[in-house]
Amino acid sequence: MIAFDRVIVRYGGASRAAVDGVSFRAPLGAVTAVVGPNGSGKSTLVRALLGRVPVEAGRISIGGDDVTVLSRREIARRVAVLVQREEPAFPLPVADYVALGRYAHEGPWRATGAVTDPAVADAMETAGATALRDRRTDELSGGEWQRVRIARALAQGGQALVLDEPSTFLDIAHEMAQFELLASLARRGGAVLLVSHQLNLVARFATTIVLLDEGVIVAHGAPDDVMRGEVLERVYRWPLVVSRDPAVGAPMLVPLRAPSTP
Amino acid sequence: MKRWRWVALGAAVVFAVVLGLGAGSVGLAPGDVLAALTGAGDATVRTIVLDVRLPRVALAVIAGAALAMSGATLQGVLRNPLAEPYLLGVSGGAAVGAVVMTAAASVAPALVTAGAMVGAAIAVALVIAVARAAGGRFDPRILLMAGVVVGAFANAAIMIVLANAPASSVRGALWWMMGSLADASWYDVAWVAPLVVLGAGFLWARARDIDVLALGEDAAAGLGADVDRAARALFLAAALLAAATVAAAGLIGFVGLIVPSMARALGARRARQTLAASALTGAALLTVADLLARTLRSPAELPVGAITAVVGVPFFLVQLARIR
Repeated sequence: MIAFDRVIVRYGGASRAAVDGVSFRAPLGAVTAVVGPNGSGKSTLVRALLGRVPVEAGRISIGGDDVTVLSRREIARRVAVLVQREEPAFPLPVADYVALGRYAHEGPWRATGAVTDPAVADAMETAGATALRDRRTDELSGGEWQRVRIARALAQGGQALVLDEPSTFLDIAHEMAQFELLASLARRGGAVLLVSHQLNLVARFATTIVLLDEGVIVAHGAPDDVMRGEVLERVYRWPLVVSRDPAVGAPMLVPLRAPSTP
Repeated sequence: MKRWRWVALGAAVVFAVVLGLGAGSVGLAPGDVLAALTGAGDATVRTIVLDVRLPRVALAVIAGAALAMSGATLQGVLRNPLAEPYLLGVSGGAAVGAVVMTAAASVAPALVTAGAMVGAAIAVALVIAVARAAGGRFDPRILLMAGVVVGAFANAAIMIVLANAPASSVRGALWWMMGSLADASWYDVAWVAPLVVLGAGFLWARARDIDVLALGEDAAAGLGADVDRAARALFLAAALLAAATVAAAGLIGFVGLIVPSMARALGARRARQTLAASALTGAALLTVADLLARTLRSPAELPVGAITAVVGVPFFLVQLARIR
């Protein structure tokens, strides 16, 4: 569904490319996760998909079409993106906020508000946000806000969902519920592309993991292939071991304490 | 926003207009005002209401609505509750453009307004460029500092241009810098109104862009907005509204700051609601402010910009304390 093909992104003035020749696919029916240390280029990939950073070389395509030939609206109708930080400048009722997801479906001069659009109600139902519809966005807890954001993304009606660090502010229950929701979206045929720091969760939910370091893919494959101690230790520059989680036997990373100095 | 609040806002505008037409050196009862408006009643009263006060009140209504919508747009697009044309130096830039045109011996309103429009557009670009260079166009404080600098520069430019101009041919620097509706005529109303309708119509049609941009640039791009183009078009419309007002009435500050916040406090949420509620509130507010400007120290006239500043500055400080 979403394909990155030898993509190079360089920020203005930087000598090193933030993303340097990255190729991978996020297919329909799967959860694909991009992981890596801070500054490894994860978020840059998302911003490149949004057209917010200039792509120096390579090709990003959605459903086989190069993003450079698609309009922003067409891209938004196919792929919904939840960026890392987002806060309405002024609070909106939840239903109005979710209805913003229909922006790309409204004509450029017609602004219906779209709150009555059935796609909005469906999206809120799927994301478990229906009960929140009359609340205001500034009154929500972190978990509620994330559900509402996912509802907004689903209201866009595309087949692919891209999330940048979706569980940063969530407690365990909300985090698990969110990952279950993403997994169920993939089971129903959607493409889910996830940028995350939560390696252990990703190892349980993702079909494919892409491990980035300094803008380059260092490992790419099923969780068992990517979650290897010596690889992760090198990438994260920290001593760690990879074990198996006692519940389902998925690979589990355990960072070690720094060697103590006498 | 609840329906009765829209009705109340509409009633507030009507009340302000009737008050503005009735009060002054000759006090008129609302009945006399209404009689004059329908063409009945005493001929002297008709002259006072229709030829003296009505154009002035009409200009106050139009200018108040325009400044408020300009502020509402800038606040949404810049994600900043302190943004407004005066504090961002946009009105100042417009005044420089207008003053340069007037001093160049052209008093044709179309040219003065065109000058104001160019000045306002340059000021918008300058403020955003300065804020970006200083590290954050979305940091409310940096943006305000950039606006203050551009505004101060504009005031200096007005002073310099008007210092050498013959006093008889141009309006004084004070008129431009403090704002006044005292010279209002039907002629002013006739050329300001279409420009304001044009700007307001554009904002009304593109209100969804304001909603989406208020989420932040990356989020807006994800929703399908052509962020840079949409923001540019909205800035230009906001600049047009400010420029038309400045060309007709000089610099009137703080209306664009206070009014959108009042509209939101009344329950306006989506950009369209906020624009409409701001237009009504701004119209009522500036009409009352102008009424105070001409009656408080009667027979002397106060600059209406001084009245709005006296109300606006405390409000600004409260808002400033609220942002983190």
